[in-house]
Amino acid sequence: MAGASPYGPDADGLRGLERDLIPRVLARLVRRGEDFDAAEDALQEALLEALRVWPEHPPRDPAAWLATVATRRLVDARRSEAARRRREEEAPVEPPAAEPVAAVGDDTLFLLFCCCHPDLAPASQVALTLRAVGGLTTREIADAFYVPEATMAQRISRAKRALRGRPLDRPGDLAVVLRVLYLVYTAGHTGPPDRVDLAGEAIRLARQLTLATDEPEARGLLALMLLNHARLPARLDGEGRIVTLDRQDRRLWDTRQIEEGVRVLQSALALQRHGRYQIEAAIAALHDDAKRAEETDWPQILAWYDDLVALSDDPVRQDPAAVLGRAVAVGHVHGAAAGLRETDRLRDVLGDRHRWHAARGLLHELGGDLPAAATAYAEAARRATNVAERDHLVREAARARAGRARV
Amino acid sequence: MPKYLLLKHYRGGPEPHHPIPPMDQWAPEDVEAHIAFQRHVVDLLRENGEYVDAQALTPTRTWVRYGGPDAAPVTTDGPLPETSDLIAGWFMIDVESHERALEIAAYVSSEPGPGGEPVYEWIDVREVMTGAPPEA
Repeated sequence: MAGASPYGPDADGLRGLERDLIPRVLARLVRRGEDFDAAEDALQEALLEALRVWPEHPPRDPAAWLATVATRRLVDARRSEAARRRREEEAPVEPPAAEPVAAVGDDTLFLLFCCCHPDLAPASQVALTLRAVGGLTTREIADAFYVPEATMAQRISRAKRALRGRPLDRPGDLAVVLRVLYLVYTAGHTGPPDRVDLAGEAIRLARQLTLATDEPEARGLLALMLLNHARLPARLDGEGRIVTLDRQDRRLWDTRQIEEGVRVLQSALALQRHGRYQIEAAIAALHDDAKRAEETDWPQILAWYDDLVALSDDPVRQDPAAVLGRAVAVGHVHGAAAGLRETDRLRDVLGDRHRWHAARGLLHELGGDLPAAATAYAEAARRATNVAERDHLVREAARARAGRARV
Repeated sequence: MPKYLLLKHYRGGPEPHHPIPPMDQWAPEDVEAHIAFQRHVVDLLRENGEYVDAQALTPTRTWVRYGGPDAAPVTTDGPLPETSDLIAGWFMIDVESHERALEIAAYVSSEPGPGGEPVYEWIDVREVMTGAPPEA
């Protein structure tokens, strides 16, 4: 993990511990009725204090120590606030009695529900989750999303302010939490490799989430992330060029992650409540399972895509990405022409997006029509919004235009 | 040290040195060399301590203006959308002098094109005014 800790240059030693403690202590304070932003500020101060005190006097229960010090800060803050407003001497400044410590998993879940409050915009949910649950520094989050640190600091403090005064005692929307974690994960895959490992962070948080809830979609999401993340070492070559799935050196895949992903997925599927993350994980597992690209079980993948598309009443409008993925599977199972016909249904919805053109380029290649593939890839390159992807698509276009088959 | 923006264009600017076909019509090796050169420029600027920023823009443009009170913003894709200037991206550099900025721009312009021949692309060199509010 690059970058200095928010708590000072010497805080790295505390870092591992602190990242696990932050959500537990913060959850305890917020659960007790403290404002989210005040509680986080107080916790920051408590961590600073820990840096000074712990090296010589390590606490027996670090979480309890931090909670106590943070509570004292909150009381101090309320006292000075009370004085500032020239209120009565006897302003009620005593903290409520401490509650028994909840299990670690419960705290994480509770805090995720706070950070992924449906009233917050997705960018704020993501930032707050990484800050409060992930324990990343504001600078790290800013770097990961290519914005100035001051901008990210402002986004986080606005999000915290937006939570002020809202009741944070009801269970939140797990679907929003899952979406936020997936956003964090995908941001990690499109971002530059030398920055904060957002994908790894999302996996860590999803793993914690599965300890806190039996919901199969939480496990499905964790499985999906693991099964895709396993291929990360093969996704770029030494020059930073994108290597497509069918060309990857499969020996570079992380078999340990694949095994964990499959195990998690099986435990989710066994609950017989399939959702989109479980289905996408099943598709990823089938890709991971093939020793060579030619051994990919496309009929099975197509069957899962049928299930995925069936989750929406109007898949073309509600889930065009699933319909597009299915079209490619159709191309592999029933031939390029059939696959291209499936993509036609998406023209109105996705015709302006690079993905639609790239998928058609692939299908044209499957059908042996290199000139049509080249044109589709060139169209895709013009619409790409990511430099690595744009470069990749230009290469594919030039290769197909030169009449060279895919290798 | 002054900062300069070296602007690359999809279209517009002085008469091209010679016509360049779209990149998907280049030989794959030439595409490879061209992309590698772009990366090399960034590496070089970083090594020199002259790099500030490099960004690419998508070719999609929307002009927009205030629509008036209680009116939606007004948008258009502009006059002569097929021929007007269109910026493709930039390098921002922090260098000793105007001469150094021109030198780097000329190097950027020497990027290899079809057949490995330099593209001789026109680069638009603009000095960044000082005294702007700090970014972060």
